[in-house]
Amino acid sequence: MTNPYVPLLFFLAIGGGFAIFSVAIAPLTGPKRYNRAKMDAYECGIQPSPQAEGGGRVPIKYFLTAMLFIIFDVESVFLYPFAVAFGGLGLFALVEMVLFILTVFVAYAYVWRRGGLDWD
Amino acid sequence: MTVLTALAAAEPYVPRDNPIADFSDTPWWLSLVKALLIFVYLLLSTLLVIWFERRVIGRMQQRPGPNRTGPFGLLQTLADGVKLALKEDLTPKNADKVVFILAPAFFGAMAFVSFGIIPLGPEVSLFGHRTPLQLTDVPVSVLLMLAVAGVGAYGVVLAGWSSGSTYPLLGGLRSSAQIVSYEIAMGLSLVAVFLYSGSMSTSQIVANQRDIWHIIPLVVSFVIYVITMVGETNRLPFDLAEGEGELTGGFHTEYSSLKFAMFFLAEYVNMFTVAALATTVFLGGWQAPPGIAAINDGMFNEGWWGLLWFTIKLWMFMFFFVWLRGALPRTRYDQFMHFGWKFLIPVTIVWVVAIAFLQAANNGFLGDRAVNIFGAERRLASLIVIGVLALLVLAATWIWEGRQVKRAEARAVVVPPEIDPFAGGYPVPPLPGQRLRESAGESQADSSKAVIHG
Repeated sequence: MTNPYVPLLFFLAIGGGFAIFSVAIAPLTGPKRYNRAKMDAYECGIQPSPQAEGGGRVPIKYFLTAMLFIIFDVESVFLYPFAVAFGGLGLFALVEMVLFILTVFVAYAYVWRRGGLDWD
Repeated sequence: MTVLTALAAAEPYVPRDNPIADFSDTPWWLSLVKALLIFVYLLLSTLLVIWFERRVIGRMQQRPGPNRTGPFGLLQTLADGVKLALKEDLTPKNADKVVFILAPAFFGAMAFVSFGIIPLGPEVSLFGHRTPLQLTDVPVSVLLMLAVAGVGAYGVVLAGWSSGSTYPLLGGLRSSAQIVSYEIAMGLSLVAVFLYSGSMSTSQIVANQRDIWHIIPLVVSFVIYVITMVGETNRLPFDLAEGEGELTGGFHTEYSSLKFAMFFLAEYVNMFTVAALATTVFLGGWQAPPGIAAINDGMFNEGWWGLLWFTIKLWMFMFFFVWLRGALPRTRYDQFMHFGWKFLIPVTIVWVVAIAFLQAANNGFLGDRAVNIFGAERRLASLIVIGVLALLVLAATWIWEGRQVKRAEARAVVVPPEIDPFAGGYPVPPLPGQRLRESAGESQADSSKAVIHG
């Protein structure tokens, strides 16, 4: 086996095939009995709350969390090659990495002070 | 003693960022067979773990759990699966039809992929070929796994959004925010592992733990990883995405029949995947526990034995998941986010820096002088770094404890020795140890009242 990613594709094909098959046969195995109330959004039996077009507005906090996630996840991805090659790079890598992490910590402290990490 | 030896070992640097598992004798059809075998292994494990969880939770709650279907109720999950298949498959009228159908398939497919890079055992003979008990290994295996987990989060968001209903939308948003928040701490905790093993390939990481499992030198990373893996898989005490009392079922409220079964299955497969990664990077992977590994020249570290040790370690994590569910109540969402962003992330970053300094000292970047303690050569720089780190930890705990005491003092309510029960306009009962201040007119009119109040 020359390319090590090919077995992963096999696995994806098996797992994905199973998932798609299950979802595809779901409408065929069960009964079909129409009832208008059944097709409504489920809210524990009360009248469903009216929905705005496209799902309506969502709290800004989720958006903020996603933005912060990108910043810090990119940071951790930068740390991976450094960590793997660390032994071969010498003292330079250590100094460089400490400087990088300090820079990120400044951003982190800023976000914390501005209340970006508070949920309420 | 071994801990100190491992922490301050003076060893030369060997580049090792490539997988050591040897796939040269593995033809493509054997890969396909292995993929099929691993798939069956996962599916059977999932069927078993659902039964296992219900039985153990049952015991923890003083009841027997499912015990009717098959011996010890073992076929319960299968029966539930058949029952789900025979239920009506509903698509609510507000739903975005295409995405609504694609989301469970997507989530299910992604759940399986990442298990492919987990080493289940050493080299074995399979159909006349020598092949590692691992589907494949690449130089960036762990990164690949984190990436697949990140893509899997889409399934949750899309399912919640496409349902066209309030509860699933909120559940999907919560779940995705939760997954991405804890993914940062999870990724950072693994950086220490990469620093230590010099590789992201899972077979190399396992080989690096031949002498000492990573859980001992990297215990902080291990604890953080275990916390984040519970957060990642939406399990109690972090199952805020579902939170039965608040959002009925979370992002899959509107799903029924086999689509719901797909979400259910994928969640348990995800549990197995994160637990398998924990086993691989911290608990020595498929290697036998130290005492057993020493027997008969490493006999139990050969061939199919690896699969046994791996499975045992995996199921220890499964029991841990179930135990958490049986023992802990759900956290509040703001507490959960607060814990992830304001505690786990800074602690992990500081830990990574500490490990970087330690590795630099071990590799001789900070000076080469060696000293002889306990009869072994050790780098002076490593010992100094360990000492400084220990002092810093001591200082941190000291400051933290001082702040805790101050906080407790600030919280303590001062109870005045006397209380006027009618000061606020309506009667207030006295706190323990408090006397009632008696108004002049009352005490003259009826002196027995004071006796009744105590």
